[in-house]
Amino acid sequence: MFRTQKKRALERTTFGQEVEREQAYPDRLNMYLTPPLSEITIDQFEEWAVDRLRVLGEIESCMFRNRNIRQVEQSVRPLLEKYLPLSPNSTNSRGNKDNQLEEERKKDHYSHFILRLAFCRSEELRHRFVKAESLLFRLRYTAADAAEQQTLLSKHDFGWTPVSEDEKQTLFDKFSFATETLTAPTDKMIAAENYFKVPFERVTELIESRRVYLSKGVAYVPSSLQLSLVLTEFSDKLERMLEITARALPRLDEDDRLVPILNHLSKGFVASEYNPDINSGVLGGGVTAAQVDSLVEHMPLCMRTMHQALRRDHHLRYHGRQQYGLFLKGIGLSVEEALIFWRNSFSNMVEDKFQKEYRYNIRHNYGLEGSRKNYKPLGCQQILSDAAPGPIDHHGCPYRYFSEDNLVASLEGMGVRDASTLRSVKEDVRTKQYHVACTRVFEITHKSLHGVKSLIGTGVGMESITHPNLYFDRSIQMAKEAQKIEQASDDNSVTAAAAVA
Amino acid sequence: MPSFDVDDKAAGRDPTETSSPQSQSSVVHQFDESIQTSSSPSTERGFDLDRFEFPDDDELAELETSTSTERPRTRAAATPVAIAAPLPISSPSNGFDANDMPVFYQRLMPFKEIFNWLNHFPSPTPSFTNREIAFTLQNDAYLRYQAFPTYDAFKKEVVRLLPSRFEIGPVYSANPRDRKILRKAAFRPLEKELVFDIDMTDYDEIRTCCQGTKICSKCWTFITVAIKVMDVTLREDFGYEHILWVYSGRRGAHAWVCDKRARVLDDSKRRAIASYFEVLKGGALSSKKVNLRRPLHPFIARSLNILRDSFKQAILIDQDPWRSQKGAEKLLALLPDRELNDELRKKWEMYPEEPSLQKWADIDTLAEQGVSSTLDTKLLMEAKQDIILEYLYPRLDAEVSKHLNHLLKSPFCVHPGTGRVCVPINGVRPETFDPLDVPTVGQLSAEINEWDSIHKASETPDKEKLADFEKTSLKPYVEYFHRFVSNLTKEEMRQKRQRGVEAGESLDF
Repeated sequence: MFRTQKKRALERTTFGQEVEREQAYPDRLNMYLTPPLSEITIDQFEEWAVDRLRVLGEIESCMFRNRNIRQVEQSVRPLLEKYLPLSPNSTNSRGNKDNQLEEERKKDHYSHFILRLAFCRSEELRHRFVKAESLLFRLRYTAADAAEQQTLLSKHDFGWTPVSEDEKQTLFDKFSFATETLTAPTDKMIAAENYFKVPFERVTELIESRRVYLSKGVAYVPSSLQLSLVLTEFSDKLERMLEITARALPRLDEDDRLVPILNHLSKGFVASEYNPDINSGVLGGGVTAAQVDSLVEHMPLCMRTMHQALRRDHHLRYHGRQQYGLFLKGIGLSVEEALIFWRNSFSNMVEDKFQKEYRYNIRHNYGLEGSRKNYKPLGCQQILSDAAPGPIDHHGCPYRYFSEDNLVASLEGMGVRDASTLRSVKEDVRTKQYHVACTRVFEITHKSLHGVKSLIGTGVGMESITHPNLYFDRSIQMAKEAQKIEQASDDNSVTAAAAVA
Repeated sequence: MPSFDVDDKAAGRDPTETSSPQSQSSVVHQFDESIQTSSSPSTERGFDLDRFEFPDDDELAELETSTSTERPRTRAAATPVAIAAPLPISSPSNGFDANDMPVFYQRLMPFKEIFNWLNHFPSPTPSFTNREIAFTLQNDAYLRYQAFPTYDAFKKEVVRLLPSRFEIGPVYSANPRDRKILRKAAFRPLEKELVFDIDMTDYDEIRTCCQGTKICSKCWTFITVAIKVMDVTLREDFGYEHILWVYSGRRGAHAWVCDKRARVLDDSKRRAIASYFEVLKGGALSSKKVNLRRPLHPFIARSLNILRDSFKQAILIDQDPWRSQKGAEKLLALLPDRELNDELRKKWEMYPEEPSLQKWADIDTLAEQGVSSTLDTKLLMEAKQDIILEYLYPRLDAEVSKHLNHLLKSPFCVHPGTGRVCVPINGVRPETFDPLDVPTVGQLSAEINEWDSIHKASETPDKEKLADFEKTSLKPYVEYFHRFVSNLTKEEMRQKRQRGVEAGESLDF
């Protein structure tokens, strides 16, 4: 489908001879199921794509900062208005320029499909694209009014069966339960609610968090959770289509105008996640196994926890080794040093066992074994969403998994004793703002470095912790600054003393 | 690294082999979980030397060594399991007699049934021919990406190699043996049974009756209860019907959900199902592992009802976890009201060593006496529910379930540590299963010899010959498996016919 359309667009060199009938855009919300068919200029091709990219880039960077949906909406809205406006149908009747609606929607439609071409080529790019586009769709869907949402739902067959009133009565008590994020609906709310039956495979997000009642493979979804249904549908479809596009893409290679643009575009979508300098680390010359203990004071709580567990138990379980090992890689521990570090840390283990069972894994993390992928240190986002720690694990985000008492004890161990800070941290944890809690802890523990302005903080415009290595690197940088200032003041006092003498 | 005497082992490192870095790491994780514990004696959490010595090494994959070597010491520290069924040990590096395995594979292992189970059709289909089988050889070499055209070829290879065990992986889009000549995109996993793994390791923190690799009927109750909860949920909530429970050979159980609808699930859907089941959360430093909001989800409410039936006997009486002062503090940490806790502590200090059953009752007695002015009875009731969940709710190794291409030990393999056969467990009546009753490979080979020596003389040529397994105590297990497989095949044929009719095609293979 995509290929024929592209081919037609590409092979034609004369414009306007058999212009495709303009697609009409009666609705604001687009599921992007049909590719665009008419001609656009090369300039438009590039410009529209770049504009959409700006929006997606902002969305992605918000996601890396663990922003909640409202915060994302706030920071994306100005960009959307500027680069990718979509006005509601009502605008037209108020006598705007006839074509404005049509043009906006056309740009939205085309830019989406152009970026598909640019981002279908690797699994990672596809994944990020789907994530960002789905969030954009979500923002637009929630911003649309009920009538627009209804139109979208009625136009696409999502395969939902409404639950009849009779069936609802028999299941009444099954619908009243609370979830992690929502309190239970009252009887009145259930009575007023419409429920849909959907095969559970299509609402995995709701199954995962037990947000719906499930019976015999059928999920009972209240219309208030329809958003999740629509979103799953949107991202599933997009993912599938991207794979199809990826397979068709090699056949586009004959065109020498589009490919460079597409290549350029996919490079423009740079992950804004913090990327530590793995080769030498923030310390410049790399870190040796013996130095690690002295660097613990610069590590965030998660890494300290694992380091302490490692020193105490002389062992660390798999996920802990991954999280801590990759972090150490990020601060500049080379693979040779890493092997020494882990070998010495597992002091109770016989050499043979270490060589057989652990060496491979360490080398694997450095891209020297197996798929030879050069793994990056895990960011906060990943640490929070990856495997949750089991009953005897030490990995994961302590702000999320520690009980309050243990968290306070650990923080006091880091020197955070100020009652108001502890209170704020606890509040952050309660509102699930784990990165804010961590940022706050950085701020307070680095306050005492007089004269050095904190690079990290909860204030407006300050950087917040999104990556354990960011915490470490900034901490080291501040320590270096402080040292410099101290030296300078020492020098000063020496000169002053000399002057007195 | 051990010697690479098998070329595929080295090939296992080839980038084209690793299906995805994620799955690989999780798979390695499985392995590590089982060995790490054995390597960390006397940690602060009180591991003693014999603890965890034998990993319940059921699900390891993608690694070059198995864990059965290099712990001769553990063999000396015999477990009750081993005592109950002493195994003839021919070499210190593996726990079963080298002479028993050929007999077992040759005469007892139900290859035909395993073939039918994986194939879902009388003649070989890609469901079997493109299915990955991985062998762990007796020298610990790990041989991945094996596949066989027929069950005969499969059996022949097993008899030739005499692996200490083999694992079953996904059906691929092409023959796994051809993976090197295929483009990366042309070789990907298509389907596999949805699997679950329950292992006693995860219960060690709350288990008081046994330690390490030991099991007894008291702690087996954990697994029995887990099977009950899981089986009902898979049937009632997810609508699956063909669920095979298999004893892992030492101290755990596996579930294979074989319905077509389960086999085609992709990773993200498997992940969703695994987290649906996940109730206990948090690491070593989170004091309370159950954090649920009320009213409970219907699934949790139903599970809680099932658990409540076993709680008194299994936990309060058998495990008796709060008898000691330290244990009592653990209980208090899970209760919400400080004033009530103070009163309870006072009482229990007066009567130390009061059994858990009494302590559990004390909570309500004191609460009713009104010793606390701040008591919220609803909160207290909920906390008690949470405690039941924390102590009895199934503890799953979720990573095993999350990936389509995770390998899992086949039913009817022999556990290299115990010699016991990984036999099916009836998921509807798991309480009738006793792991200590499961035959060992040594026992089976004795039984078959005994039968043969008795019947040799009297056997008449026209008398209908018995299958070898029928001469042994493996019989009921093979028969159960046979019934399971034939139900599955029937259902599968029916669906195929239906699809054929819908597509207007005749069935031909």
